[in-house]
Amino acid sequence: MRIPAYTALLAALLLPHTASARADGDPYPSTYQPIADGVTVIRHGTVLIGNGQRLEDADVLLRNGVVEAVGKALDAPADARTVDATGKWVTPGLIDVHSHLGVYASPGVRATSDGNEVTAPVTAQVWAEHSVWPQDPGFAAALAGGVTTLQVLPGSANLIGGRGVTLKNVAATSVQAMKFPGAPYGLKMACGENPKRVYGERMQTPMTRMGNMAGYRAQFIEAREYLTQWQDYQQALTKVGKNKKAEPPKPPKRDLRLDTLVGVLKGEIQVHIHCYRADEMANMIDLSHEFGFHIAAFHHGVEAYKLADALAKEHICGALWADWWGFKMEAYDGIQENLALVDRPAASCAIVHSDSAEGIQRLNQEAAKVIGKAARVGIDIAPERALRWLTENPAKALGVAAKTGTLEAGKMADVVIWSGNPFSVYSKAEQVFVDGALLYDRHDRARQPVSDFMLGQGVSP
Amino acid sequence: MIRLAATVRTLSRGTRFVLVGSLLAASLSATAQDLLIRHATVHTASAVGTLRDTDVWVRNGSIAAIGRGLLAPADVPSIDAAGRPLTPGLFAGVTGIGIDEVSAEPSTHDTAITFGATPPQVAQMRPEFDVTLAYNPRSLLLPIARIEGITFTELAAGSEPGGSIIAGQGGLVRLDGSFDAPYAGLRALFINLGGNLSVLSGNSRAGQYLLLDQALREARVAPAAGSANPLLTPAGREVLTGYVSKGRVLVQVDRAADIRRVLALAQREHLHLVILGAAEGWLVANDLAQAKVPVLIDALEDLPDSFDSLAATLENAARLHAAGVAVGFSQRGDASHNARKIRQLAGNAVANGLPWEAGLAALTSVPADALGVGDRLGRIVVGQLADLVLWSGDPLELTSSAEQVWMAGKAMPMRSRQTELRDRYLRAPGRLPRAYP
Repeated sequence: MRIPAYTALLAALLLPHTASARADGDPYPSTYQPIADGVTVIRHGTVLIGNGQRLEDADVLLRNGVVEAVGKALDAPADARTVDATGKWVTPGLIDVHSHLGVYASPGVRATSDGNEVTAPVTAQVWAEHSVWPQDPGFAAALAGGVTTLQVLPGSANLIGGRGVTLKNVAATSVQAMKFPGAPYGLKMACGENPKRVYGERMQTPMTRMGNMAGYRAQFIEAREYLTQWQDYQQALTKVGKNKKAEPPKPPKRDLRLDTLVGVLKGEIQVHIHCYRADEMANMIDLSHEFGFHIAAFHHGVEAYKLADALAKEHICGALWADWWGFKMEAYDGIQENLALVDRPAASCAIVHSDSAEGIQRLNQEAAKVIGKAARVGIDIAPERALRWLTENPAKALGVAAKTGTLEAGKMADVVIWSGNPFSVYSKAEQVFVDGALLYDRHDRARQPVSDFMLGQGVSP
Repeated sequence: MIRLAATVRTLSRGTRFVLVGSLLAASLSATAQDLLIRHATVHTASAVGTLRDTDVWVRNGSIAAIGRGLLAPADVPSIDAAGRPLTPGLFAGVTGIGIDEVSAEPSTHDTAITFGATPPQVAQMRPEFDVTLAYNPRSLLLPIARIEGITFTELAAGSEPGGSIIAGQGGLVRLDGSFDAPYAGLRALFINLGGNLSVLSGNSRAGQYLLLDQALREARVAPAAGSANPLLTPAGREVLTGYVSKGRVLVQVDRAADIRRVLALAQREHLHLVILGAAEGWLVANDLAQAKVPVLIDALEDLPDSFDSLAATLENAARLHAAGVAVGFSQRGDASHNARKIRQLAGNAVANGLPWEAGLAALTSVPADALGVGDRLGRIVVGQLADLVLWSGDPLELTSSAEQVWMAGKAMPMRSRQTELRDRYLRAPGRLPRAYP
């Protein structure tokens, strides 16, 4: 039976610039509702806007869930919550483009291992959101680290692992209630050692890097054919028009896997590729040209510094660790200045990502490591520039930069108040606002979420 | 609050500091291991704490004097620290540096022994397995860790499927790259326990105590010839017996109840115990303090990673320290390649209530004491090896870097394969590919 919503989705696919139709065709829609929490004015802080700008002794006014204004001596209603941020730093909420919270939840037992559908090298049909366990205690820990938005991705065993989902970091009983409204889906792909190891050991393709490439290409060839079938069907429908006597055309059989890949071809799904080596990133760039899609970000990119200029030219973000290396051959060439070198060209897009339930709690400290190492080689990176790696740039990679990632007026009031310079190891996120609601306060237990799982774990006589 | 043994030792060093520090450096000809560092902020990691605007004189690779306005012979190289921090070389934690080159490549990975059999098949234990025999001092990981101020580590034997909870022996290594780096006679026995390893003990945590008990019995009294399923070989019995009453036994264990059981076992068997992991250590801090058992913990662990660590908290270090437990740091995860991350553990522990001096001690004197080399390493006091690090700023800040590392007074090259790669790609492209110098 044909689902009416799907027809709308298809219309969207066929008309690349009608963005609204995608939401209409979304069968698992966001039910996220911002929490009303009054007006807040944060005064006298060192404010990092998130786009490279910095204001001293500035105020930030949050009203109706958005940043209303940033500047000096802002007017605020008498009943506004007033936070004295003298000596404190104020930033947008941090954004992690690479998390497995909820899909590899704590505790790490078999039952919570839901991140990798390691049953075939291509599983574009799976959606990470259907694995997300909202009670993962890692979400609250990330919130205490200032993270307000995160993309949860499937794992990297597969060439094409499935759809990622962008979440607002709010406590909820369903993933739908966390889904970032209007955020595009992400697609997780993986280069290199993982797919060839996992499937090669099973004596099946891909067993080699050339097998990897052949695997992606075969999928996108199929996706193009599938797209053509639906286009032909649409044309036939139009031809039949309102002629009730004509036999209606038969729609092609719907394929979840190819639906996702067609979304990529249509530019509606952001492509995120786990890829370590420079030569493999170059191959993936050619793949994107061959099939006409854009890569939002290479993730991990341990060798991204070797082709920083190419990434900037292609408008591909480098979502990187500060210094992980050496755990496998494709991570052998890691350097601590990777982020700084990827950040160096004009129009660059360097991102600190975590891929870790520990790392997501300290994205600011990962950036601090890079600032320190860059200084050693004469690259001076100001805090306001480094902060872009945690805010504006990841927002771009996720396709949500119009909504969050900076403290510009009109954007979501996702804000962190830090006890000091966020790049000091001694600084902590003191208060975290999501859409204007104070959802974490280090000094107020009543504003610290505790997942169902953690409840009562400490009870003992 | 204060650990008695450590107090006595450091007090006696303090006395020596006062006496020697007031002397002028004797006029002897300088060697490659002679050095005068002037005007440093000296974080001694000893009872005297931090000394401002202080000089450290190194002679023949050892610390010869500490004080103000020291005069050294003219041919002794002299460095003006200009107030920058000087610390002892840092502990990498318990790692596989030199025995774990590329973790995913079995041909480069020597940290664990497996036999291909797991209980309920016949269990085997090989405490005689010694990972230090696989140690490669020319490993890339050494310079990569060393330029970050890290000068010593404890090589660990690991437990993997098909192996055993008594993983074998490891040992302390100074990361100076010399072939004879492992300290003779300072082997440690590694035992790994917990729910994640119950596959090695008949699928029950209780089986781990059963197997430990059987192994210790076999070590005491050899099983009669022809006994069914002995755990140990004659060599294994010999090695295990050697760890009763002497040598270090490092037990990786996280759950509070298990920590107490291990403390009781160690007391009964007279083991010189160091606890590794201790994610729930703070729950039994008083037991640890009373038993005078040091812990090496990952201070970033605050999630219930498993049902062994439901009570993990960022305040573990601070609470253990407050109870009087000697707290050192060691990472879980990939501690070998990421050894330089160890400072982040200290910084975060301090941000979560651990006093700064205890944070530094957890990277220096505490692990040195715990691993039996506290008389030689881990402090800036007269008589210790001059493994020293000059920092650009607060050594616990991640924006700070090690500016110079000395091992036994010798300046270490501040280069690694990673800095070579960095420099190759830092410069603008030339006419020839970057592969040309």
